Amino acid sequence: MPNGLAAHADDHVHAHAHHPAQQHHFETLQQQAEASTLGMWLFLVTEVMFFGGLFTAYLIYRLWYPEAWAEGSRELDIRLGGFNTVVLIGSSLTMAMAVRAAQTGRRIATVVQLIATMALGLTFLVVKFFEYKSKYDLGHIPGPNFHFEGVHADQVQIFISLYFAMTGLHALHMIIGFVLMSVITWMAWKGRFSKEWYTPVEMSGLYWHFVDIVWIFLFPLLYLVDRANQLQ
Amino acid sequence: MSGHISPTSSYYRIFGALMVLTAVTVAVAFVNLGRWNFPVAIGIAITKATLVILFFMHVKYSSQLTKLIVGMAFFFLMIMFGLTLTDYLSRGWYTTPRGSTTAGVQKTLEGPVRAAPAPRPAAEGH
Amino acid sequence: MTTTAVAESPVNYLNVRHGVMSWLLTKDHKRIGLMYMVVVTLAFIVGAIFAGLIRIELATPEGDLVSSDTYNRLFTMHGIAMVFFVLIPAVPAILGNFVLPLMLGAKDVAFPKINLLSWYVFVVGTALTFGAMLTGGVDTGWTFYPPYSSSASDSNVFLTGIGVFVTGFSSILTGLNFMVTIHRMRAPGLTWFRLPLFVWAVYATSLVQILGTPVIAITVLMLALERVAGLGIFNPALGGDPVLFQHLFWFYSHPAVYIMILPPMGAISEVIACFSRKQIFGYSFVAFSSLAIAVFGFLVWAHHLFVAGISPYSALVFSILTYAVAVPSAVKTFNWTATMYRGAIWWKAPMIWVFGFLGLFLVGGLTGLFTAALGLDIHIHDTYFVVAHFHYIMVGGAIMGYFAGLHYWWPKMTGKMYSDAAAKVAAVLVFVGFNLTFFPQFILGYLGMPRRYHMYPPEFQVLNVMSTLGASVLGLGYLLVMIYLTYSIFWGEKAGANPWMATGLEWTTQSPPLPENFPETPIVTEGAYEYAKRETKVA
Repeated sequence: MPNGLAAHADDHVHAHAHHPAQQHHFETLQQQAEASTLGMWLFLVTEVMFFGGLFTAYLIYRLWYPEAWAEGSRELDIRLGGFNTVVLIGSSLTMAMAVRAAQTGRRIATVVQLIATMALGLTFLVVKFFEYKSKYDLGHIPGPNFHFEGVHADQVQIFISLYFAMTGLHALHMIIGFVLMSVITWMAWKGRFSKEWYTPVEMSGLYWHFVDIVWIFLFPLLYLVDRANQLQ
Repeated sequence: MSGHISPTSSYYRIFGALMVLTAVTVAVAFVNLGRWNFPVAIGIAITKATLVILFFMHVKYSSQLTKLIVGMAFFFLMIMFGLTLTDYLSRGWYTTPRGSTTAGVQKTLEGPVRAAPAPRPAAEGH
Repeated sequence: MTTTAVAESPVNYLNVRHGVMSWLLTKDHKRIGLMYMVVVTLAFIVGAIFAGLIRIELATPEGDLVSSDTYNRLFTMHGIAMVFFVLIPAVPAILGNFVLPLMLGAKDVAFPKINLLSWYVFVVGTALTFGAMLTGGVDTGWTFYPPYSSSASDSNVFLTGIGVFVTGFSSILTGLNFMVTIHRMRAPGLTWFRLPLFVWAVYATSLVQILGTPVIAITVLMLALERVAGLGIFNPALGGDPVLFQHLFWFYSHPAVYIMILPPMGAISEVIACFSRKQIFGYSFVAFSSLAIAVFGFLVWAHHLFVAGISPYSALVFSILTYAVAVPSAVKTFNWTATMYRGAIWWKAPMIWVFGFLGLFLVGGLTGLFTAALGLDIHIHDTYFVVAHFHYIMVGGAIMGYFAGLHYWWPKMTGKMYSDAAAKVAAVLVFVGFNLTFFPQFILGYLGMPRRYHMYPPEFQVLNVMSTLGASVLGLGYLLVMIYLTYSIFWGEKAGANPWMATGLEWTTQSPPLPENFPETPIVTEGAYEYAKRETKVA
């Protein structure tokens, strides 16, 4: 019946009160939160498959060219890689703490933990920049100017192509995550979150943990190939 | 909204475990385990990822649907790896001149066959 | 309580707000569905023009209309336009967007803003890709195989690749939105097994969109980086494997064909039940077969690589799996037939499109079994046999299914009825024209005529001329559809809420629907196809 329209006319007069963050097409805040969670997880599934294509290429070529993989891996600085691993896992810890602070309604703690997460993320990116720069200085950028000694040079170029593709895509996701965190931190500072509604913090957390998980695989796959020098 | 709130101590413990596992994976990389270095490294990485998923991402306390979705992602990733490998692992079975049964490793002495090397500016020949 | 001046028409989603901005900034899934229809139809026209040029060239054995290089661009751009900009989005983004929330008793999809974003992403991708076409296009085939596409081709591979990359995100966002909507926004009482089969089909499609599309995205990205930045992942000169590209490309592109066919099959289920006035035979089998197709569809991709140089042992595995994936489709076909048996067939236009679908999809599906056979595929791969096979599925199946759904839901979308007689004529024209176009191609392929060639031995001319003639009839049929549907928008007879006396929540609300779909959230108490409780067709 047309009377039903009156409750949802353009001027947003509501017969029922609901949380300001609840959008109109949802019946309850709980439904909205569940939808958001499901949506973010499905998005992470797409990310798994997205990176998965690169991992497939890595897997095939590692089986084909174990010597080149070993040589290429040894060119990477294991200390920087290891340091970055610790930093990124640390940022996952601070992110989990940030979500917990939001869950328990503690505004300042949420902001502090989010800033810590961003700081650690930025540290990671800075280290990555220096790693890339050293590759550039050594002439290891794939393409016409690639320069590498040894009989496996061509396949090492494939390894380094994958290195740049995988860590580059990962770094891009971190940059996006950093921007996302900035927005969430600002919202937290403004007091937008509460025990009743902290969904954006939780969703950002899921994204950030995913980025951490990708690195958890990238580190051994790229930095730790044949460090026991079996293939020499 | 309701969501499971973990105690901070559990987060610290998981972080600790992740640090230990990181140290282990680096240490083990320097030990010669032959063909097993790769699977061990992957196994440790999977363990670390599982800890992050279950505890940092709260999947342990999430709905069945969430768990199904996480499982689905890894299932299809395994399909992509596994079925692609049915090709790459069986290339050369009984069909190359010396009938190799190893993974499609190109066993040449000077690298893969290719056309005349591209001219390089610096006179460093192959 | 009408608020607008038009006394006859109550407020609906079309007249509630006016002006271009009210469309460009809409969050209404119904408007977004129509906006997709505009872009998809334009892409279809472009793709059809390319097809027309191809068929004109192939009317004579010599390559006399265009150069071979231009011909390469024509079939490439025909494929890209039709695959990525018509077949993938058509039913999900047009009909799915419009109908899904209505079928669920929901006010909108789960993420309306993301829905609008998906349309903008689609438009940007379309602009990039068709822009690339305007500046010379691509000549690699829609499959972009390296090393030709990465190093030797001098065409717009990079720009087209980026266009396809961007468009993929539209597909992902749509699939994500639909999955969450189906899980979380069903009306009270609407349990999974009371859902219309179109919803099951869209759900299965969304699974494929989410799992598959990212893989082609990364693959095209790798190709683009190889072409532009020298990243050597598929480069054989470095020891790279071009077949790896094919593996990754088809990992998506095979499941993609299920994105193209599952939603039309869902529409077919709806139309068959309504126009047989009967419960769908074996509802749960049809529902589960959609999921089975989605899952199994991911296990068969290397049947596109049978002659590419993969291991014969791997080819064997994929051949067996390909036979398995045919089974759920066959289940559907049997169940549709069984639905019609002892039903009271109502011979209206949507049902004519369905009959066309059934015949053509059957041929397409069966000829897929031919190509799945390893020994036979060695001979018919890259011939017109394969071209005919996939056109029977994609045009005979997907497009006919889309038209069946479009003709079924048109009164709901527009509030107008089209000329049933004209629609039946169009359906017959399309059916006849389609068969005349593509059946000769089975024979041509069997006789050995390769695909993607603009010249051929003179003994193939008769069949090619038949095919070109058929394409003209087909084109006429599509033109007729556009004419009477457009006519109906302005001068069509007004449609009521339920002109087909169909079951389903979408038919319980007015045509066109309210902006928020239902005045009150409906409560569902019965299954999807309770036609037994309704009167049969109008006298």
